[in-house]
Amino acid sequence: MEKKERKKVQILKLETESNNLDDISCLFFQKGIMGSFLLISIFSLLLRVAVSLHSYSGAGSPPKFGDFEAQRHWMEITTNLPIKDWYFNTTNNDLSYWGLDYPPLTAYQSYFHGLFLKYFDPNSVSLFTSRGYETCFGKLLMRWTVLSSDLLIFFPAVLYFVLVYYGGTRSGLNKSDVAWHIAYNCISLGLTLGAVAAVLSQKDLLACVLFCLSLNHKQEIGSRSSFEGVLKTSDVCSVIPYVLLTENLRAGNLLSQIRLDEDCDNVFSRKFAEGARLRVLSESEIDLRSSFEEVVNMMHYQCLTTLIKGWKNNDLAMVTTLAQQMSAYYAPAFFSHLFGSCLRRKNPLLEVFKLGLAVVGTFAIVWWPYLHSRDAIFGVLSRLAPFERGIYEDYVANFWCSTSVLIKWKRLFTTHSLRFLSLVATILAFLPSMIQQVLAPSSKGFLYGLLNSSFAFYLFSFQVHSAAASARNLVDYGIAWCVLYVSNAFCIVLYVSSSVS
Amino acid sequence: MEDHRKTKKTITLNLLWFFGISTCVKLLLIPSYHSTDFEVHRNWLAITHSLPLSQWYIDKTSAWTLDYPPFFAYFEYILSFFANLVDPQIVDLEKGLNYKAESVVLFQRLSVIVCDLVLLYGVYRLSKNFFVGFKERVLLWVLVVWSPGLVIVDHMHFQYNGFLLGLLMLSISYLMEGRDLMGGTYFAVLLCFKHLFAVAAPVYFVYLLRHYCWKGFVKGIGRISVLGAVVGAVFAAAYGPFVHHGQMQQVIRRMFPFGRGLCHAYWAPNFWVFYILLDKGLAFLLRKLGLNIPVPAASFTGGLVGDSSPFAILPQVTPLTTFVMVLLALSPCLIKAWKNPRPESVARWIAYAYTCGFLFGWHVHEKASLHFVIPFAIVAGNSLEDARHYFLLSIVSCYSLFPLLYEAQEYPIKVLLLLLHSVLMWHGFSAQFTKDATAKATVPAKKTSKQVGLKGSSGATVEKGGFRIGWIGRCYLFGLMVVEIWGQFLHPYLLGDKLPFVPLLLISTYCALEIMYSWIWQLRQIMVSN
Repeated sequence: MEKKERKKVQILKLETESNNLDDISCLFFQKGIMGSFLLISIFSLLLRVAVSLHSYSGAGSPPKFGDFEAQRHWMEITTNLPIKDWYFNTTNNDLSYWGLDYPPLTAYQSYFHGLFLKYFDPNSVSLFTSRGYETCFGKLLMRWTVLSSDLLIFFPAVLYFVLVYYGGTRSGLNKSDVAWHIAYNCISLGLTLGAVAAVLSQKDLLACVLFCLSLNHKQEIGSRSSFEGVLKTSDVCSVIPYVLLTENLRAGNLLSQIRLDEDCDNVFSRKFAEGARLRVLSESEIDLRSSFEEVVNMMHYQCLTTLIKGWKNNDLAMVTTLAQQMSAYYAPAFFSHLFGSCLRRKNPLLEVFKLGLAVVGTFAIVWWPYLHSRDAIFGVLSRLAPFERGIYEDYVANFWCSTSVLIKWKRLFTTHSLRFLSLVATILAFLPSMIQQVLAPSSKGFLYGLLNSSFAFYLFSFQVHSAAASARNLVDYGIAWCVLYVSNAFCIVLYVSSSVS
Repeated sequence: MEDHRKTKKTITLNLLWFFGISTCVKLLLIPSYHSTDFEVHRNWLAITHSLPLSQWYIDKTSAWTLDYPPFFAYFEYILSFFANLVDPQIVDLEKGLNYKAESVVLFQRLSVIVCDLVLLYGVYRLSKNFFVGFKERVLLWVLVVWSPGLVIVDHMHFQYNGFLLGLLMLSISYLMEGRDLMGGTYFAVLLCFKHLFAVAAPVYFVYLLRHYCWKGFVKGIGRISVLGAVVGAVFAAAYGPFVHHGQMQQVIRRMFPFGRGLCHAYWAPNFWVFYILLDKGLAFLLRKLGLNIPVPAASFTGGLVGDSSPFAILPQVTPLTTFVMVLLALSPCLIKAWKNPRPESVARWIAYAYTCGFLFGWHVHEKASLHFVIPFAIVAGNSLEDARHYFLLSIVSCYSLFPLLYEAQEYPIKVLLLLLHSVLMWHGFSAQFTKDATAKATVPAKKTSKQVGLKGSSGATVEKGGFRIGWIGRCYLFGLMVVEIWGQFLHPYLLGDKLPFVPLLLISTYCALEIMYSWIWQLRQIMVSN
């Protein structure tokens, strides 16, 4: 309206410039938790869809194509073969061509997605003939299956978590944007996050079921690539505030998220495993560069842990690091917390029994088709990742790798004793928080426990993989990365502003 | 002064953030679907690069002849230099036909993204000078820089609207500042880029005459001649070379292809949709009553073929009719502009002019709705009614663009863009109108318009001060969802391939309702303001 008047007003009052950052967050997050959830989930969905316009890994590269083909092949197998044949080598199921090697829940997911594909495009999942099937429509359908699983499982889980975790506190509103942002897109992760939320809201049985489901979905998710490691170098070297560190962690997460998108859901980890195996083949591959990156990674973690102590809202960091680990990593924390809280109840034995029943029940339901004989169970088990890939694969994990610069572990010990050593070290590392949780279970302690046990596994266990991003990846994801970095930086601004207020 | 510089710096920085984020989304959208407009522009690159100027408007190698005014041709000429550096095949008249390599996609897409900087500058000027409150400023950025319509039309469907609208915004910002000469010049430049923007020329003419030139006899004559000289110079720069080659008639014939029909292939949601529907309905009724009504031979989209009319009952519509109707619709606004030429109202008037052009114009393309939605964003945050009106209008205008992207791959993108835009607007307007106490303190002028008119259709929730769209608005949006669900899912499922035009017709008609309403609302708003 009266623009001239306004102009005068403008010169008199240069209002809002000092607290303008406040205003941005207030603009976008003033509709409460649901409002910001809507905003962030729509934006992240938009990013996912936009990224899905681009190519995927293994496009047009016969004979094995890539992870995209692996996923599609699983759908082909699960929709065409009877359930008992899924994991076994038969005339119709050639396990050497992207055989199913994830737990049953993943297979069921493939089955449902396969049904979806079959309905719209039967050719894309027909047995044998569909190998290397690459049409625009097929690709589109595959992308949509990923999106739908995000939408149905991951987003609600995040919402649940945030409502439980931040819902009560007054400052929750401001924090929520940070929590939202940890939007990784794995189903397994969604389930884990749901389980954490359930624990925090004291719904132990639900937590048990969700966690078992997440264990059954897949054993691992891709943790981090050395590309991200390089990114973090700068952070660790120049000691910048902790907040930024977590923000960058988040950047890393977003990066892996987008790659997961690219790779069509959960096959990401597969790639890692392959990468790891390749490296094992040529011993010299574990060169100085990669070990340097491992060191940096570890330094980063150490930095993080020490900084956590000094920071009062440290729980946030746990949430962020949480997601980078395998869901199995959290097992000790879940176990100890749930066990500990059962012991506090009136009828400890009954409570433990109930939880046990929930665990066994969930596993039984998921594994039902294979429970008819021992062979079937072991057959499936042998297909699952850790066993075949060898949990004791000669690939050195973080702590071992980074210290091997000083101590030549491999020369000093045999593989067998190394294996034992790492087991002991891992257990020792997560034991304190476990004991603490059994003795005095608490929400905060539980979160610490999650962090602690995942660190323990990450640092000391044997089979952590860390794949190097190839040059091709760098180019491929360059644009995507640019987007993420900017949006992430934007979130830093939001975050800093909210934490200041 | 120190403070002032600081303000400028923060505005620039923040605006760059907004632009950066939108640029990233645009970059991600590079591989998405693009229409024939893409080939049109590529062909223009080839024409301007490989032919001498005298052949530009004569060449017929491709069906997509050059039909924009000369400045746009010059613009393509400059771009073609870079295109030639990137990949010479892009600018090859023969070999480049329907060239679809990665290089050409990347080049053209990037050129659109870079040209959006003009829009950014326009927005920057506006926000620097007229948007005191931080929230209002951010709102403007959300509405313009993150406009989903622009993303759909420019960065997916392909065109250079962001750049052209940027010129319009620049012109408006100068007018609002009171620098009429600059504003007029920019508008003249804009007209030489794309003549479709000429719909607002009467408003400019009346406003400039009254506000700039009407200053006593001697001063007035002086100013008229200055303005005339500047505008004349702009047009001379554009058309001079073609006048020199004696091609003016040819250029004009190319620019105004009246051989096209009243409606575009997909009917833009405007007044003529109702007119055509009325005609069809009447013909159907009369036929039922036993009258012998011949089926018209011509189609609405096909253009004028001889004397045959596409209408069975209602009188034929000619380009002249539409022209008169647009002028008639504009006249109240022109009178207002003459009586009380206030710089603050210029944006509103210009938006209104484009609305009229959209509603009553000849062969209107649905993309033209951007011409009024974007300028209207300037005044959207002024009052609660404006906000409510804009909220619906911009959703509908974006929705009416949906048929442009008909492939399955882009479906989630357009839906998410619209959803994101709606949620952002909802948040932005809510933020602006809940903390009324602070808003009052900074902008007392806002109250005046608030008391004048309540939004007719929605419930009177003004006294609360919160942003609500009222039950009619909500019902309308619900209807929009029903239309979309019907068109996308129920129609193909229930009717299969029968009546394939119904979903599009529904969209046109339903959106036209809101645009008609918006027109009436704007007219009323202009009439009651003083």
